Amino acid sequence: MRTIFFLLRKEFRQIFRHRVLLMLIFVMPIIQLIILANAADYEVRNILLHVIDHDLSPTSYRLVNHFQGSPHFILTSTSFNPQRGIDAINADKADLVLEIPAQFERRLLRENSAQLHLNINAINGVKAGLAQGYANNIIRNFNQDIRAEWLGLAAPPQPGRIAITYSNWFNPEMAYSAFMVPGILVMLVTLVGMFLSGINIVKEKEIGTIEQINVTPIRKSQFIIGKLLPFWIIGLVELAIGLGVGKLIFDIPMVGNLGLVFLFAAIYMLVVLGIGLLVSTITETQQQAMFISWFFLIVFILMSGLFTPIESMPLWAQRITWFNPIAYFVEVNRLILLKGSSFMDIRPHLGAMVAFAFTINGLAVWNYRKRS
Amino acid sequence: MDVITADKLTKRFGDFVAVDQISFSVKQGEIFGFLGANGAGKTTAMRMLTGLSRPTSGQAQVAGFDIYRDVEKIKRRIGYMSQKFSLYEDLTVSENIEFYGGVYGIKARDLRLKTSQLLSELGLQEVARTLVGSLPLGWKQKLAFSVAIMHDPALVFLDEPTGGVDPITRRQFWEMIYQAADRGVTIFVTTHYMDEAEYCDRISMMANGRIAALGTPQELREQFQAPDMNAIFLKIARGSQTA
Repeated sequence: MRTIFFLLRKEFRQIFRHRVLLMLIFVMPIIQLIILANAADYEVRNILLHVIDHDLSPTSYRLVNHFQGSPHFILTSTSFNPQRGIDAINADKADLVLEIPAQFERRLLRENSAQLHLNINAINGVKAGLAQGYANNIIRNFNQDIRAEWLGLAAPPQPGRIAITYSNWFNPEMAYSAFMVPGILVMLVTLVGMFLSGINIVKEKEIGTIEQINVTPIRKSQFIIGKLLPFWIIGLVELAIGLGVGKLIFDIPMVGNLGLVFLFAAIYMLVVLGIGLLVSTITETQQQAMFISWFFLIVFILMSGLFTPIESMPLWAQRITWFNPIAYFVEVNRLILLKGSSFMDIRPHLGAMVAFAFTINGLAVWNYRKRS
Repeated sequence: MDVITADKLTKRFGDFVAVDQISFSVKQGEIFGFLGANGAGKTTAMRMLTGLSRPTSGQAQVAGFDIYRDVEKIKRRIGYMSQKFSLYEDLTVSENIEFYGGVYGIKARDLRLKTSQLLSELGLQEVARTLVGSLPLGWKQKLAFSVAIMHDPALVFLDEPTGGVDPITRRQFWEMIYQAADRGVTIFVTTHYMDEAEYCDRISMMANGRIAALGTPQELREQFQAPDMNAIFLKIARGSQTA
């Protein structure tokens, strides 16, 4: 026990003496949290709209007005030539081209149906999908408006017309920061755990002090604990700071039990630190450790459901996320904070995390023994 | 009493035999010089004796314990200092002393006493709170040696302790070694400086993984009919190259 105390004191002294490292641990994550939570937003505004109105009737004029009234669209140009619309998309001057055919108003009146054509720039699939959704919404509203007018206010509504009202559960205002902050927090504690722990161990190898440690009575298990425990503590402290910042700046909901968040985080950190330890056993320099950690981190983060929903990934990719610890914590953090999920609800996640912790650390320790 | 006894100690890396059946013994309080050209097998032999590396075959005892079975016990009774990397450069002088004293299990009160004693012996009280990284190399090496013998080991391994240090500091360093030996600490030292070899009680010279010469400096000079260690070293090193 005493040996571990001396090891811990040494580690904390070295960490707190290292100004760049301190910045990396405590200042950078807060800045990242503030920037990312504000910047990452699924809502698309400022969709550039090009209108080709062959009809030039009061009705078509009203439709265009509907688009202009939407916060999502900006009418940038008009023409009477479909080719001009395509050119505008090619020149990146339009995201959406709305083509209103001649006889639009007349058909609508006479045949009770008319066609519109939308050309959408789908380089960014998410944006294209949303643009189409918004456009459909506007056209539907427009449709209802003019029908109500033509039929007269007194007329009974059309049969089968369904009015839909929405209420968004667990994030009533659809605040993206409430959705993003719990996820970003996971990413930040992961950075600390995986990068710094691995690099810290490899550093002793690189400068050679590990040789000195190996001839002292310090046992390998004590050395590992002395190396990982500081980052376990720092990770949890950082989570606490991050939650505080999230509450103060973004007013994120904290419906569930915070103790549960920390319980999960405590086990999650063991997994992450285990990965760091594993990386340190297969590398000789800090640079190598950095590259390997970076590779895993990128894959883990992109496939974590932090930025893109796991449900929209192909099935094989969804299977891969079963082995992604970040995906579990992102989901659990959102479940607890936004939905107030209880211990029983997150039991499967917790079980998976315990299994990961044993597997990764077992592997790391086995590899560590084998190589020394 | 012998502090080290090695019997046909061997280390192979694949087909390469780094240390080939070396046998020797070191007495308590002796200054034992362990010489040889680069790649002769010195470091590998030393790593086996300090428990860093497991021998392929052969037997050895260090401080009375078997190097296969009692590595942990051996580690408590030896000190070790290498040329470059003994101390943490981002810790202060006294923090380094406390750390190494602590991991060797020196009790808190003794540790405080030993720390101040050590600092005053080395004349380092002024820089006790200075980072080791900012000290001159010679001071670092003297400090590293003092830290290596702080827990009163039976035996201390010094791996090229004076590499890159100026002649005056080297002289002072050897005085520290003599003082430690007088107190009964056995010194096992590797060096590339042949004048330092003359300071040793006994010397072994390695070539191609074997011990090519073993004895007091006087004995070796007679055996090889050479005026000094340098000449003996060259004879052995050249012999090993033509062999």
